[in-house]
Amino acid sequence: MSARDEVLARVRRAKGPRDPAPVPRDYRAAGTRGPGDLDLFAERLRDYRARVRVVPADQVAETIAAALRERGARRVVVAPGTPPEWTELSYPAGRIESRDPLGGDPREANTEVKAEAKAGANTEAKAEAGAGSEVARAPEGVDAVGLDTDGTVSVDRVGADTLDVAILERADAVVTACHVAVAETGTIVLDHDAADQGPRALTLVPDYHIVVVRADQVVAGVPDAVAALAGVRTQTWISGPSATSDIELERVEGVHGPRTLEVVIAR
Amino acid sequence: MRVALFVTCLVDGLFPDVGKATVRLLERLGHEVVVPSAQTCCGQMHINTGYPGQALPVIRNHVEAFERADVIVAPSGSCAGSVRHQHADVARKHGDRKLAEAAESTAKRTYELSEFLVDVLQVTDVGAYFPHRVTYHPTCHSLRVLKVQDRPLKLLKAVEGIDLVELPSAETCCGFGGTFALKNSDTSTAMLGDKMSAVLSTKAGVLTAGDSSCLMHIGGGLSRLRSGVRPLHLAQILEHTR
Amino acid sequence: MTTFLGMPTGGGHLTGEPFPKAAKHALGNAQLRRNLAKATGTIRAKRANVVGELPDWAELRAAGAAIKDEVLANLDEYLVRFEEALTSRGTHVHWARDADEANRIITGLVKATGTREVIKVKSMATVEIGLNEALADVGVHAVETDLAELIVQLGNDKSSHILVPAIHRNRSEIREVFRREMPGVDPDLTDDPRALAEAARKHLRHKFMTVDVAISGANFGVAETGALVVVESEGNGRMCLTLPRTLISVVGIEKLVPSWRDLEVFLQLLPRSSTGERMNPYTSVWTGPTEGQTSHVVLVDNGRTATLADPDGRAALRCIRCSACLNSCPVYERTGGHAYGSTYPGPIGAVLSPQLTGVDKNPTLPFASSLCGVCYDVCPVAIDIPSMLVHLRERVTESKRATPESTAMRALAWAMSDARRWRRLIRLGKFGRVASRHVPLPGWSTARDLPQPPKETFRDWWESR
Repeated sequence: MSARDEVLARVRRAKGPRDPAPVPRDYRAAGTRGPGDLDLFAERLRDYRARVRVVPADQVAETIAAALRERGARRVVVAPGTPPEWTELSYPAGRIESRDPLGGDPREANTEVKAEAKAGANTEAKAEAGAGSEVARAPEGVDAVGLDTDGTVSVDRVGADTLDVAILERADAVVTACHVAVAETGTIVLDHDAADQGPRALTLVPDYHIVVVRADQVVAGVPDAVAALAGVRTQTWISGPSATSDIELERVEGVHGPRTLEVVIAR
Repeated sequence: MRVALFVTCLVDGLFPDVGKATVRLLERLGHEVVVPSAQTCCGQMHINTGYPGQALPVIRNHVEAFERADVIVAPSGSCAGSVRHQHADVARKHGDRKLAEAAESTAKRTYELSEFLVDVLQVTDVGAYFPHRVTYHPTCHSLRVLKVQDRPLKLLKAVEGIDLVELPSAETCCGFGGTFALKNSDTSTAMLGDKMSAVLSTKAGVLTAGDSSCLMHIGGGLSRLRSGVRPLHLAQILEHTR
Repeated sequence: MTTFLGMPTGGGHLTGEPFPKAAKHALGNAQLRRNLAKATGTIRAKRANVVGELPDWAELRAAGAAIKDEVLANLDEYLVRFEEALTSRGTHVHWARDADEANRIITGLVKATGTREVIKVKSMATVEIGLNEALADVGVHAVETDLAELIVQLGNDKSSHILVPAIHRNRSEIREVFRREMPGVDPDLTDDPRALAEAARKHLRHKFMTVDVAISGANFGVAETGALVVVESEGNGRMCLTLPRTLISVVGIEKLVPSWRDLEVFLQLLPRSSTGERMNPYTSVWTGPTEGQTSHVVLVDNGRTATLADPDGRAALRCIRCSACLNSCPVYERTGGHAYGSTYPGPIGAVLSPQLTGVDKNPTLPFASSLCGVCYDVCPVAIDIPSMLVHLRERVTESKRATPESTAMRALAWAMSDARRWRRLIRLGKFGRVASRHVPLPGWSTARDLPQPPKETFRDWWESR
């Protein structure tokens, strides 16, 4: 008998005849608690030592620009599907950006890295003049938009499987949207199949993650979020920066994941 | 009210003063106390040590002894807990449905002393006088099996002259656990040590609780230390008058 | 009667020396006791705080227990459904009857990739089956990436806690382990937890970027969709799940939940019970291989069906490995986890380990409890551990022939089942007055005086009134 058949046969013998009682779901279910409380959400995030900026929806771009400036971030990666206007203020007017350093054929990775490095150097020079950041759009099987070193726009169609971690390693920051957020627990959930949130590595490898949460994405409790995530294949639930309690059960923020989480709540 | 006292084997054989105090207290409150003569023990030690089959005739004896009692009171959270939460299960597991039903009926009529005073008699001030510094240890079975909550404290707070001081980490087990104290005596002793430190830190002269078994354990340790702290059952404090 | 229905039991790291003996050793270590008291005290307070915040905790707990019972009642169907969901999305599913078979499957998969090194997300199941040793036997080094597991691994130590395997170590001991064992570590490393976490980050960063095979466990598997869920804090889980090209997830067969919706219960119960946080920093959910990965799931029995076969013990399979019972247990707090001799220590270990191995291989664990009941109160899936311990004690006594203890208990029960016999026995207590002063009761008399038997029993007083 195969291991599969044997384990299943054991289970059938072991479980015995039983009528399980129906599951009582008398807890606060999805949709019963109204929208999420933004103040509570912000407070819970701060408890985790995440940085929180609550701003009017039309000030997202300048908030991101300010955050990047304060951080001193020069190489920024952006989930490809985020609204272009979110990051347009982050670069000197008139010119944005290097090419798309993450995309392309992996066989060309070396040339791309070189191109990226060159672009970086180029931007550094420009940065002195105009204090800009280099922004690259991450690939996710969708159109990735970036500007090439000579200032012309290039549009590459690239997939997540060609993602280059070495480039993410050199990125100072990543900017994404989210799928849903939970006020009660200060949790933000990413859908990695969504173009404005990007593949998993995008928000994992860079040390600084700026995530924009729209007010209407904030739900009250965990059941509301679970309901909103039905059918979403690949998710990361994020509650503050990475942390550990492994030494004397004392919480320390910042281990392998981004050590700083910056949440921009757009009212 | 006619109250059947379930005195418990430990009180009967080793701590008769606790039984006497319970009788005097209930009589002082105007109730008639009877002591069904067929009673022995609840059988908890057998059940908890892995011999529920041997406990079966002990359970049967208990159920029969209290068959005709309207209300049964025990000066023990642990023994009342066994009657209420173990007897019927053990009977049912051994295929004795009739006994299980009878045990369920006994369980419904059984109260731990503080529950009986506060819930049934609805009294918290029993007219006691006890001018000493006292600390209270909530025993695990009264706390977590019976869930007596703060009933004993309500009764103690109403005692005239008492200086009731809070026991640090009060809800931590003292390490008795029946045969646990023998089978795992080193661990039990470590738990006892921490409990005694907590008791001594209160500078109380009297340690009280609702179970003679735990008091025997902590009291045995305090006696070995020649600490001078007296273990007294809750009933013994409540019975005390001017 | 050691197993029910003759069900095969499990192997691996589930047994040790008798608990009383191992405990005695641990109790003599004052540093260990201080470390444990501090750590468990901290986490108990945090847990109480965040559990108290939820007005519907009792309802969530009832739902959690019922969902797990539903899974166990129809486990065969859920396993088949889970397998179908996984397979249809391209995950390779393997089944293992026991620890040895699981290790054979996993080492085979790892060897086929040609790698000499794998990175691991903390997984109790892989510790249980002894996977790291099995990999070492075929020349593959397993790198533990969870901070506490790394501390244990570098220190050549053993895990003593489900959630925080290095809970028995304090910060200065951890610094010493790092200074001694971590290649290239700053010799001036301080014992500030932040500095220690940073040292671990640097040490592991290169591994995450270069090692191409990862091994994980899973906190939950969703039968309906084939989704796997890993709940973690540090981001090492995300690294392992995301970056390597091959991912092997080792999943106990009891880890399933029926549907996606059920996670709305467990993602509330688990973090609050376990680290005392409203939510853990990271939870990863993936449904089928992602971003070009090859994904394997190994479903492990290893004594779980033997546990399932006991109607009074199977609720131990509800366990979601939160550790609340360990952190609350007065026995665990004093002995630490090593005394239990099993991957699963503490109250849940005392009921789970003997069931996985059969009580004959773990006859002392069911007695390693004072039955104070705090474990049941804090359990987020309402496992009645005290009642289960009592039940397993019966299975232990039944598995033995007559012992002096069973004979004495029998005689006592005989006396206690009849009032006249009982009265004759306790009147002997008067004679015991002399004996108690001179005959020590083993175990008891080392630290406690025996009570003086009274001059008359209560019943004699009552009748003479």
